[in-house]
Amino acid sequence: MKTIKVLGTGCANCKRTMALIEDTAKAKGVEVDLEKVEDISAIMGYGVMSTPGVVIDGVVVHAGGVPDRSTVESWMSK
Amino acid sequence: MFDSFANLIAYQWLGLDANSHTGTALHFFVMDTTKIFVLLVAIIYVMGLLRAIFSAEKVREYVRGKPKWLARISAITLGAVTPFCSCSSVPLFIGFVEAGIPLGVTLSFLIASPMVNEVAVVVLAGILGWKPAALYVAAGLFVAYLGGVVMEWFKPERWVEDYVWNIQMGETAQIEVDTSLSGRHQFALGEVKEIVGRIWKWVLIGVAVGALFHGFVPEAWVVKHLGGTENWFVVPSAVALGVPLYSNATGVIPIAEAMLGKGVALGTTLAFLMSIAALSLPEMLILRKVIRWPALAIYAAVLAVAFTLVGWGINLFTR
Repeated sequence: MKTIKVLGTGCANCKRTMALIEDTAKAKGVEVDLEKVEDISAIMGYGVMSTPGVVIDGVVVHAGGVPDRSTVESWMSK
Repeated sequence: MFDSFANLIAYQWLGLDANSHTGTALHFFVMDTTKIFVLLVAIIYVMGLLRAIFSAEKVREYVRGKPKWLARISAITLGAVTPFCSCSSVPLFIGFVEAGIPLGVTLSFLIASPMVNEVAVVVLAGILGWKPAALYVAAGLFVAYLGGVVMEWFKPERWVEDYVWNIQMGETAQIEVDTSLSGRHQFALGEVKEIVGRIWKWVLIGVAVGALFHGFVPEAWVVKHLGGTENWFVVPSAVALGVPLYSNATGVIPIAEAMLGKGVALGTTLAFLMSIAALSLPEMLILRKVIRWPALAIYAAVLAVAFTLVGWGINLFTR
């Protein structure tokens, strides 16, 4: 199981990113533990300034904008 | 090309009179909408393909530890090529503070980033021509530089929320980037979707306002009340009008086009454009999370004065 965190202060793009990851995981049948991180000091703790950011199993894989679907799919198959 | 397309739609298909108010307004609307969206998609796609877009993290790494004048110049120029989303301004602000970047430099970046960007510049050049575009860029960079310097006189550090100073930022994330051609293409498409998806409504509103102004406001009235460079108060009025209004920088360009077309002076128009693009209430409310009202009030006042001075200056020299 993958632990995925979406870093964002609650803007529209962060919500879109959450939904996209949820959908893709479901479509691919991958079990994920999806969590939203809204606390600014926690976000900064990952070294991310441009939100939304995505953290998978403790590693920042994306920052600044909604990731595209093919990218999200590649995370799921890793 | 866009002109003949708009002619076809407005005058041939809809049969409107080319001299009527509705006809000219609709012609303007069709022409600007098609032209701006074609320009937008093209420029964003090309920038995405080149991956020429700077991330805020890179700017931070680059600016930190530089002498102040150099830090400010790099923050402003990099700010101009960094895509800006107001939802990121809080983490950005904190990240810059945490890196020990002076507050004035951070504010210079926050002024420059929404106002001057490659997308707005290309659309501006495409719609109004290179001269107003170059003047707009120069004026925007100048205001960002000066605004940051003046803000420092007021020692804004005392208004920064306490928690901001205590945040420890982790190592800047190194994100793997797919640099193959198909990876770049995917990225560029994503950028187009993301940015156009964010600003299309500002563009449509801007074109609609511009079209109404173009079609219905009599030129004689504009020249009499807004056109003269002798009326010193026209520029500050335009700036004051722009402060509560907000639009994306690209969205204001069709309004600027309509104003210029009716004889409003260039300095007045550019001051209005900058005031709408750079100063906005939503942005202020977001920044309020990191900095208290007195600093925000001074920020708005300093920018309003700077836009007015720039507007007067341009009017003086382009008369």
